[in-house]
Amino acid sequence: MIEVTAGWYLSLAAVLFSIGLLGILVRRNALIMFMCVELMLNAVNLTFVAAGRALGNLEGQVAVFFVLVVAAAEVVVGLAIIVAIFRRRESASVDELASLRG
Amino acid sequence: MVELVIFVLVGSAAIGGALSVVFAKNPVYAAMGLLGTLFSLGVFYVVNLGHLIAAVQVIVYAGAVLTLFLFVIMMIGVDRVEDTSEPLRFQRQLVIGLAAIMVVTVGALVFGGEFAWVPLSVAGPIPNGTVENIAGIMFTDWLLPFEVTALLLTIGAAGAIALAYYAPGAPEESE
Amino acid sequence: MTDAIWLVIALPLAGAVFLHFFGRRLGEPLAGIIGTLSVAASFAVGFAAALPFIVEEGAHGETVMLWEWMPAIGANLEIAWDSLAAVMTLIITGVGTLIHVFSIGYMHGDERFARFFTYLNLFIASMLTLVLGGNFAMVFMGWELVGLCSYLLISFWYTKPSAAAAGKKAFIVNRIGDFGFMIGLMLVFTNFGTLAFDGVFERVPEILDEGTATAIGLLFLVGAAGKSAQIPLYVWLPDAMEGPTPVSALIHAATMVTAGVYLVARTAPIFEAGPNAGLVVAIVGALTALWAASIAIAQSDIKKVLAYSTVSQLGYMFIAVGLGGYIAGIFHLMTHAFFKALLFLGSGSVIHGMHDEQDMNKMGGLLKKMPVTGITMGVATLAIAGIPPLAGFWSKDEILGVAFEYGGVGIVLWVIGLVTALITAFYMTRQWFMVFTGEPRWDKGVEPHESPRSMTVPLVVLAVLTVGAGFLNTPFRLTLEHFLEPSFELVKVAHPPEGWGMFALLAAISVGAGFAGMAMAGFVYSRPREIWERFQQGFGRLWEAWAAAYRVDDIYGATLVTPGRKLSERLAFTFDAGGIDGLVNGVGRAVRSVGTRTRVLQTGLVRNYGVGFVAGLLAVVIWLVVAGGGV
Repeated sequence: MIEVTAGWYLSLAAVLFSIGLLGILVRRNALIMFMCVELMLNAVNLTFVAAGRALGNLEGQVAVFFVLVVAAAEVVVGLAIIVAIFRRRESASVDELASLRG
Repeated sequence: MVELVIFVLVGSAAIGGALSVVFAKNPVYAAMGLLGTLFSLGVFYVVNLGHLIAAVQVIVYAGAVLTLFLFVIMMIGVDRVEDTSEPLRFQRQLVIGLAAIMVVTVGALVFGGEFAWVPLSVAGPIPNGTVENIAGIMFTDWLLPFEVTALLLTIGAAGAIALAYYAPGAPEESE
Repeated sequence: MTDAIWLVIALPLAGAVFLHFFGRRLGEPLAGIIGTLSVAASFAVGFAAALPFIVEEGAHGETVMLWEWMPAIGANLEIAWDSLAAVMTLIITGVGTLIHVFSIGYMHGDERFARFFTYLNLFIASMLTLVLGGNFAMVFMGWELVGLCSYLLISFWYTKPSAAAAGKKAFIVNRIGDFGFMIGLMLVFTNFGTLAFDGVFERVPEILDEGTATAIGLLFLVGAAGKSAQIPLYVWLPDAMEGPTPVSALIHAATMVTAGVYLVARTAPIFEAGPNAGLVVAIVGALTALWAASIAIAQSDIKKVLAYSTVSQLGYMFIAVGLGGYIAGIFHLMTHAFFKALLFLGSGSVIHGMHDEQDMNKMGGLLKKMPVTGITMGVATLAIAGIPPLAGFWSKDEILGVAFEYGGVGIVLWVIGLVTALITAFYMTRQWFMVFTGEPRWDKGVEPHESPRSMTVPLVVLAVLTVGAGFLNTPFRLTLEHFLEPSFELVKVAHPPEGWGMFALLAAISVGAGFAGMAMAGFVYSRPREIWERFQQGFGRLWEAWAAAYRVDDIYGATLVTPGRKLSERLAFTFDAGGIDGLVNGVGRAVRSVGTRTRVLQTGLVRNYGVGFVAGLLAVVIWLVVAGGGV
């Protein structure tokens, strides 16, 4: 009988986080990159919940709550930026945004 | 036994959704993949007795945030299929290298037993994330951060409006 | 009255500020009258404040704190009001008032009439700051301010290249002296921890050893030699005659140049602790007195004679204060202020009447045309020649007496002083005869005329002072001596020999020297021109050397100025342009080339940065896993 431990959830979270991280590196579309960021945030949320359960502590779930709020704010502003950029350049590719090149 | 089955099934769905976010050619599919992952995490929250945050996860993330994503995708254009060629030199090779290192690292962590430090069953009473319990903590110990996040959200909303109102006549940035 | 003592400085300063802003609008002569009144009011306040010292013999001075500026180092705006300060104040404001009056006539028609009085008032305020300051910081402030005013006034007619150059020279030479003074001040501060007079002089015996006191004294001497035109820094004063004549009278004869004498007298306790420094002061003074007097013999410019005469007389004062005869020095300072101001103003009157002619060879026979000027200058000539009972006799005799009483080196100084007295009598008499007697040698078109009332009245007043001031301090009645004594309580003041016989003997010798000089000059220069020209040729090369002032300016130019300029050029165009600039530019080039190479890393592409970020993140994670977070 295999029991599901906190380590299982943490491992799953690590995998999800890694996928999100690699996604940011390989995709050019700013929208997709944003989704990857959301993915990473959710992976972290999962670790909070699992660790909170393992430690018998409810504050892990409270932390998730705060992460949710920050993520929401970030999505609002981030999407507004993407829309603004798109309106100006007709593209959502971050590779074209290289005006800071040295 | 039930938890194991749920973990395997829902966990596979979460990873599948995450992979489709990264590899889907059409942004809509990517959004759908993300939706799947978010739902899966919601299920895990329920399993871990986070009732309130599971509900919030579905309502805020799967509902509001993802709708916003889809809205922007529609606005920018769905039919646009991205080409998957990599214009940046060495970028793909570097990412593959990093991915390999990451796989090794995460694999070492997962299978090396680093994450197995606490069996879930022995850690005393499982905290029950009901509305009452969460609110009890949030509005006492975490009141100040709560208020600060409220301020943050307000600023975020104001910022989004300011960005949406940007003047189209502004000079084109030079490269 | 001491509560209002700040008015003494504030009134001329207010006059300067007022004239600076409104002078041009007020025009002539209103600006001059306002300038004069502010100094006269300052004199009145000073006189009222000095009354306690006069009424009550031996009254002590007091320090009036006006504003605490930097109390930690004793540098405050405070006025040390004692009898020495009172004497200096009355000389400065008194002579200053007369010279202001004179200037109203002399500067008539100058387009910068009001500006002239602005500077004069500023000078009076600065000079009073110097003599009234209750600490070294204020003295130094005044010291620099009078230097500035001197510069402004010497080059008042700055469109004349020689005047601009003379102003610059005075400023630079004074700077050399100030350098020594400043180092002396630092030494004072390191030893006493304060710059306030109160905290320094009383503690001199317990704090200073003889070596340190001598060092400070010698450094002060460097400063005093710069300001008071002593060897080797006297070269600026003759050139300073490029300024308007009232300036020469006020700054370069009566007041500013005596600052060095005042400084030595004020810091008497330090010189007493290091007597060798005082001796050096006296020796420098004696050499300067003889040296400058010999140059004055052969000058033909009426103001140059007086300039070298001033240098020579300052040498006398240095002899006195160097040997500890502080009261004798201050006494001579005062009488000299009167008769030398009179001489300068008289020469100004002559120059004015002769349409800006300064060459004595082109004068002669002016006594009939300018009787007031001629007679008053004659009085001053007698005074400086040391003929009793005029002021110069009493003060000069007291100095010579001090030197004689000192013994040893003092006897040598006494002899030098006597010789100088003879020469002084000679050249002053020569000047008077060349200017006022004989047949006219004027240029064509020159119509000499007596100067207006505003110029002759100060001459008469000064002539009266020249006759009478000597009686302030005769061996029969030592008024000034008692007046000044409280200011020199901390030191032993040197006096002339006691006893009437000794006094009569010394007086007879010096008066004899004076008469001899006058007789020689009178014998030669009262006769026609051919005779004295032959007399001058009889001296041959020596006369030429005197006339050329021993070519000291050329020597300084060849040994100091030219090499200095060459060194500066090399520093500026070779070392600075090549070395320093090269270093700076090299650093700039290196940074730029490094930047050019590393800017490639700044692709501006988010995903490239992301790769770097993730690589770093992984490195940290691996380090945590492998090392467990430890080191």
